[in-house]
Amino acid sequence: MTATLNPLYRFDTLVVGAANRLAFTAAKAVAESPGTVYNPLFIYARPGLGKTHLLMGIGHAARAINPRLTVEYLTLDEFVESFHAAVAAGQGEAYRRRFSDVDLLLVDDVQFLTHRREMQAELLRLSDALQTTNRQIVLTSDRPPAEIEALDERLIRRFAGGLVIDIAAPDYETRVAILRRKADERRASFGEGVLEAVGSLVIDNVRELLGALNRLVAFQAVSDTPLQPAQARALAGGAELVAEQPPKTGNAARVDEFSDFLSEVSATVAQQVDSWRTKVAAAILRWEGEGFSTARLEALLQQEMTTDPEQVLRQFESDVRRLQALHAEASDLAPSLAGSSAFRDPEDIAGAETVTQRAREGAHPPPAPLPIWRLDDLFESPGNRMALQAARAIAGEPAHRYNPLVIVGASGVGKTHLLHALGNALAARLKGPVGCLSAHEFTGELIEAIDRDAVPAWRARYRGAAAFLLDDVHLVAEKDRTQDELFVLFNFLIESGRQMVFTSAVPLAEMKSVEGRLRTRLEGGLVVDLPAPEREVRQQVVERSLQAKVGTVDPELAAYVGSRPVESIRAVHGLLQRILNAAEAQGSPPTVTLAREVLEGSQPKPPRKSSTRSSGVVAPAGGIKSREKIVWDWPDVGDRIVEEWR
Amino acid sequence: MSLVNFTAREITCKIVYYGPGRSGKTTNLQYVYGRVPESRRGRMVSLATQTDRTLFFDFLPLELGSISGFTTKFQLYTVPGQSYYNATRKLVLQGADGVVFVADSQARRFDDNLESLQNLQDNLLAQGVDIRQLPVVFQYNKQDLPRDLILTPEEMDDALNFRAVQSFSADALHGSGVFETLKGISEQVLKRLAAGSAVA
Repeated sequence: MTATLNPLYRFDTLVVGAANRLAFTAAKAVAESPGTVYNPLFIYARPGLGKTHLLMGIGHAARAINPRLTVEYLTLDEFVESFHAAVAAGQGEAYRRRFSDVDLLLVDDVQFLTHRREMQAELLRLSDALQTTNRQIVLTSDRPPAEIEALDERLIRRFAGGLVIDIAAPDYETRVAILRRKADERRASFGEGVLEAVGSLVIDNVRELLGALNRLVAFQAVSDTPLQPAQARALAGGAELVAEQPPKTGNAARVDEFSDFLSEVSATVAQQVDSWRTKVAAAILRWEGEGFSTARLEALLQQEMTTDPEQVLRQFESDVRRLQALHAEASDLAPSLAGSSAFRDPEDIAGAETVTQRAREGAHPPPAPLPIWRLDDLFESPGNRMALQAARAIAGEPAHRYNPLVIVGASGVGKTHLLHALGNALAARLKGPVGCLSAHEFTGELIEAIDRDAVPAWRARYRGAAAFLLDDVHLVAEKDRTQDELFVLFNFLIESGRQMVFTSAVPLAEMKSVEGRLRTRLEGGLVVDLPAPEREVRQQVVERSLQAKVGTVDPELAAYVGSRPVESIRAVHGLLQRILNAAEAQGSPPTVTLAREVLEGSQPKPPRKSSTRSSGVVAPAGGIKSREKIVWDWPDVGDRIVEEWR
Repeated sequence: MSLVNFTAREITCKIVYYGPGRSGKTTNLQYVYGRVPESRRGRMVSLATQTDRTLFFDFLPLELGSISGFTTKFQLYTVPGQSYYNATRKLVLQGADGVVFVADSQARRFDDNLESLQNLQDNLLAQGVDIRQLPVVFQYNKQDLPRDLILTPEEMDDALNFRAVQSFSADALHGSGVFETLKGISEQVLKRLAAGSAVA
């Protein structure tokens, strides 16, 4: 059997105050579009705060909007009884079908599900059936789902999956508004301050409040004189104030004068103090609506104001702002943390800090400079002096001297070497990670981040860098997205006072396919040229290389190789490698005679390692150190032509 | 002085009855004292001369009990009206949350009223308080005297109440208007709670 909706319990007869505004808004939304917004909607409140009114109000409003809607309202007891009756009559299935076809099911007092496993299972099944077909279920209880004793965990989860909302006790303003409306409905009028005096009593149950109003109406009906605020308070249950006064001894008027005064003062104080409560309640609505836990503010509402509520509100809002900042940072670092509940509880900022810290640690640092290159290992010459001095100045005072530094030079002159060496010097001086990579790798990482939908985290990696060094910046030409990202990163790092260094094989003025806004920013720093290495530098490079590879340095050999007319250090290494390969093939130490033979005369063919190898191309002895430094030992020209022909 | 102390959960209001000598300030306090149940009133301190003139000041503490969780106390003071006690008036006026200006309605005291009101303004200003920012009500006392001796409340308003604050006619000796005046000033003082004008 289904109870009918009480015609008086409509939305328009409900007094909406701070305590029930959120629940009312949710109820209205559900009534306007059942099954689409909050499903299930679970409303809980202590007895007498208007749950049933709200529940029936949903039914009335939904029917008013769509008269064809089937609405069923019943209390849990009725639900249980009808189920038992149906099962006894062998009509269990028909019963289930009946409720599964309801568009809007309103179940009151579900706290009585306690220990009723069978009904819990039935409600679970029904709730699932209704939700699957986009039908709405609304439930009320005097306590939250988790506090209903022995309630199936699955039901708790189902309820939590919709919207669980509570109605608090009405505040002073709402109490007075309820009294006024109910007095109007009863066509009773009271003198000034009477209803306010009753409203100032802390009666937080609407039924009791209406009971108090009934007493006032009854008293006024039999009294010749209009009811005074103090009498009203006494009648309504605020007798403690009057009771403390001395017994009336013929001077009742004298006592009344003071009581009146007291009553008025009480009403004024209650009104003013309760304005804080209204403010706190508004804050709860706001922050709860934004998904934050408002336990602290709710506790404040329950208190008798032991602390300055303004201060509590300020602190709470500051905590929420901290959580928002941490959330923004963490979700930048790890997109999976976006919307995480770890950032919703102002009582657990430490927890949010921990999660953010983990995200910070978990984020990969940008690629570091290769540790083998040191600034001190570089040979200074008149040609590279300016670049080296600029690098040393930057290493001494990062971001204070030249920012950015742009090193321009042809391929193989040692830009990368200088860049990584400077990167290492900066890493030794600065606290955070130093990012050092080629523009090619930079673009590759960006593409991968786009692919993984992790661009914010990728950006955060570089934004966290203490210094940023990018090799071969000219390679960003025609890569619009890379240029955009680089531009934004550039601005961010400059504003944050971090050092940046770039190298380019192309003079900036010739980087036509690089956007002007980026090019001009590069030009705004210090642009230094790194020319081809001079003879002395080449000779020193050979000497060091011989020392490292052979163990001894033949000065004559070093002078000869250094004198060869090549344009880059890379080429010097290439020449030396050819000589060393030949020496190894002959089984003799490298000499200047052999070098002349290899570089100027006919070169002795190295023995073929394998008869099946057709290219004749072999890797240099000592293995490949770096892809950029590979020197291929080509056979003679005839073989090469054949090789290329293939 | 702190009006609302959230830590101690206390509301304390200091209300000063001001006005020319013999206008009835002490009479107001005595009437209130007589109407307050013993359990709620402190000892009224009154330092008077042999001729019953206030020498120093009257002080009447009222305990209104717990209201909305706050222990609410009112402290009612009067000042000596005679012009030569200005130092005492200044002292009593310090930290006042509200002022009741008790004017003598007799026509012959017209100038004394004006002088005392001017003195109130000066004394407040000396303490950095603008009278326009402080809750003030007027009480036109002795309205029970023969009509030909007194000015009507309207005439009193015209003469003194040029900022149109609340005013009450009274006969403090018999109690008429005393509590109305007290209620009026209390309401104004307490309403400043909402503005957070004095938070501990």
